[in-house]
Amino acid sequence: MADAPISIRCRVNGTDLVLHGHPMTRLLDALRVELHLTGTKEGCGEGECGACSISLDGRLVNSCLVPLIQADGSDVITIEGVAQGERLHAVQEAFIAYGGAQCGICTPGMILAAVSLLERTANPNAHEVREALAGNLCRCTGYMRIFEAVLNSPELRRASEASRAAAPGGGPQAH
Amino acid sequence: MPAIGQSIPRKEGRAKVTGQARYVDDLRLPGMLHGITVRSPSPRGVIRDIRYGAGIPWDAITIVTARDIPGANVVALILDDQPYLAAGRVNHAEEPVLLLAHADPILLEEARRSITIEIDPLPPVFTMDEALSGREIVWGADNVFKTYLVSRGDVDAALAAADTIVEGEYDTGAQEQLYIEPNGMLAVARVGGDVDGVTVWGSMQCPYYIHKALAALFNLPGEKIRVVQMETGGGFGGKEEYPSILAGHAALLAWKSERPVKMVYDRAEDMVATTKRHPSRTRHRTGVTKDGRLVAMDIDFTIDGGAYCTLTPVVLSRGTIHAPGPYFCPNVRVRGRAVATNAPLHGAFRGFGAPQSLFALERHMDLVAAAAGLPADEFRRRNFIRSGQTSAVGQVMREPVDMAGLLDRALTLSDYHARRARFEAANPRSTLKKGIGFAAFMHGAGFTGSGEDRLASIVTVEATVDGRVRVLTACTEIGQGTNTIFAQIAADALGLDAGAVEVAQPDTAVVPDSGPTVASRTCMVVGKLVESAALELRATLDRKLGNVADFATACREYIERFGTLRASSQYRVEGGARWDDERYEGDAYGTYAWAVYVAEATIDTATFEVRLDDFVALQEVGKVINPVLAAGQIEGGVAQGIGWTLFEQVAWRQGRMVNAQMTNYIMPTSMDLPPIRVFFEEVPYAHGPGGAKGIGELPMDGAAPAIANAVSQAAGVNVTSIPITPEKLMALMERSGG
Repeated sequence: MADAPISIRCRVNGTDLVLHGHPMTRLLDALRVELHLTGTKEGCGEGECGACSISLDGRLVNSCLVPLIQADGSDVITIEGVAQGERLHAVQEAFIAYGGAQCGICTPGMILAAVSLLERTANPNAHEVREALAGNLCRCTGYMRIFEAVLNSPELRRASEASRAAAPGGGPQAH
Repeated sequence: MPAIGQSIPRKEGRAKVTGQARYVDDLRLPGMLHGITVRSPSPRGVIRDIRYGAGIPWDAITIVTARDIPGANVVALILDDQPYLAAGRVNHAEEPVLLLAHADPILLEEARRSITIEIDPLPPVFTMDEALSGREIVWGADNVFKTYLVSRGDVDAALAAADTIVEGEYDTGAQEQLYIEPNGMLAVARVGGDVDGVTVWGSMQCPYYIHKALAALFNLPGEKIRVVQMETGGGFGGKEEYPSILAGHAALLAWKSERPVKMVYDRAEDMVATTKRHPSRTRHRTGVTKDGRLVAMDIDFTIDGGAYCTLTPVVLSRGTIHAPGPYFCPNVRVRGRAVATNAPLHGAFRGFGAPQSLFALERHMDLVAAAAGLPADEFRRRNFIRSGQTSAVGQVMREPVDMAGLLDRALTLSDYHARRARFEAANPRSTLKKGIGFAAFMHGAGFTGSGEDRLASIVTVEATVDGRVRVLTACTEIGQGTNTIFAQIAADALGLDAGAVEVAQPDTAVVPDSGPTVASRTCMVVGKLVESAALELRATLDRKLGNVADFATACREYIERFGTLRASSQYRVEGGARWDDERYEGDAYGTYAWAVYVAEATIDTATFEVRLDDFVALQEVGKVINPVLAAGQIEGGVAQGIGWTLFEQVAWRQGRMVNAQMTNYIMPTSMDLPPIRVFFEEVPYAHGPGGAKGIGELPMDGAAPAIANAVSQAAGVNVTSIPITPEKLMALMERSGG
């Protein structure tokens, strides 16, 4: 039967696990309901707003459009997996410093989209940033602070890496 | 270093960038059910029958109808005209009729689809003209929710004596707030027993509005109602009055099922069923002298309130008072009217009527300038209201006002004159037509008229033994920065670091009623109460302990000797302001924020699409508390204004929104916006915290007229209607032979 429950194996934020559900269960719901990873948000449920953006095998996808069965054997990163322990990703630091988050509901997806861009393009220009974020809608900011945050992320990352290298022992306490 | 004026990072920023911030849909209680709404398929009629389809385990589903309501079946707000659930009659498509709850949301959706609501139709009214004709009465005695009349001088005589009279008619469409987090509520309700009362957690702007509405719905005393705001994913007015309805629905299902019930709308339901910006039509007749002085303004401002009153009279009031704009004119008449139709509700949306009437005014002023033979800027310079002059409603401008200075600076920042000349020269030979336009405007901060006096908001500030400070207010953080600026204000009043101040989660069991989070009042009005409560707390320490150097030591000593350390402050009218409700005149607002916005646009004459190339937003909002947050407010408001002007069109069919999807209701993406360049003039306001005024709504007012003026120049046509869709622009340009 096509809709009999299935079990799939995948890796979520670095942890291997098994997810259960109907094959057409939205990955969004599996993450939020089964795994309590509620940082991934639902804004429209039809792949327009990008609030549910996650990384699936290194590609940015709308998790509301991914059926559970498609995630079998995949490597998933959600917003909960972007920071390393207490140490924020440079994009997250930049969103705080430059005012990229307002109400915060688009922020997890927006950050996933920005991280995905920076993985492809180390030092994006303004146009590349706009293009990379075009699938993520924000109603609060008018995007300007978000652009600034993303454009300044590489610099922040370099600064943070330099200070970690300089700090004795490095480690998660170093900023 | 004072905290005010610093771009202190958002207090809850870390929680938001890590996904740890908790919104209502992230909550889950043991035994929780999901709730959904069954809505009217018809815009107007009498419910004849409700049929429950076969194959659904109805015994396992909680069903709530109007008959189950323990208290009053009215959404308590301004008038008691709107039911929580339709009883007998429906007045708009998608009106709530039944509520269902079950643990399985998929079964619930099947159940909803199996229900047939049979309605004997009554003739619906969909336009303002149909409503005003009175042929079919759908509300009250005459389809009119409210009228206002502003009258100053003798408009008829002044028009008769004017050298030139310029007439115009302008209209604006509905707009969806489109917060990215849809409306949602989680309720626990039990009457009697160990859990005696109703508690809701949700996405909201106004905890005490919900509190009042639930008390009436359940006929319970206020102390049995508790309302808690969760992190809220945007509001823009869309979570001002509507959450009272959703909270009531969730609570009714929880009460009947005796289980926690969560209701979260999906996007389509949120778009078809919840409030939108009022559509408007404004007519202007303006008299000017040969030397370009405004001598008469006759304005008729009409808005469509939809099927029930909601906040429409208050929206109308703000739109009416803002209709003559930042000008001095000795003879002004404004007739404001709000009519009823069978559209779903139009309600609060950032700007609250002012964007509508200011769009009309600032587009019209370009035409009046041209008729007077003056450039648009010079005409305005001659007519701007100045300090000491009196507005149309009789408010003397006691604060410094320098609109001419703002105009000059905005035109310089945007290189307006050179560009305008260059575009005018180049346009005839190009398929890309360029234009630059501006709008001059103001926005009153705080509730209109005697509103703040009536609210009498309260704020409490308390301190712990280790010198940590907590600010208690009902003002919600909805993205605009409430938590951060309140911490900055309290920190400066107490001489502390902003990091030492925490702002409590709004919970009516804990925080006092500091009024709703609306009307650009949070920073200026409630922020001032935060400041004065903090100063009072400091004064209490000084009074009881003498002059103490270290705050934390003083707190410990005080609490050990005297107990709880807290101070409250309640709103009192400042500076002798007065407002007469009967005569509708006086000090309409404590003060105004002033602004000039400039837009540069290009029309592609192959597609008739408008692209914006530059946007300058210059404003005077008093002292800026947090520059990054303030710029974010302006940029977001401008973006929303750009959407309203160019892209966002609600398509109506039989009184129902048919493009209730993000796929075909188009809001601006990162690719659609020009650089939005934000500038502030800082003129401290004597009665604001640290000199600040309100800021949130102002940026919604200026984009539409500035863009319409730019497009009018580019196209060589008179744009009088927004949104300026390619279809509309093509028709306009073809008619003019352009």
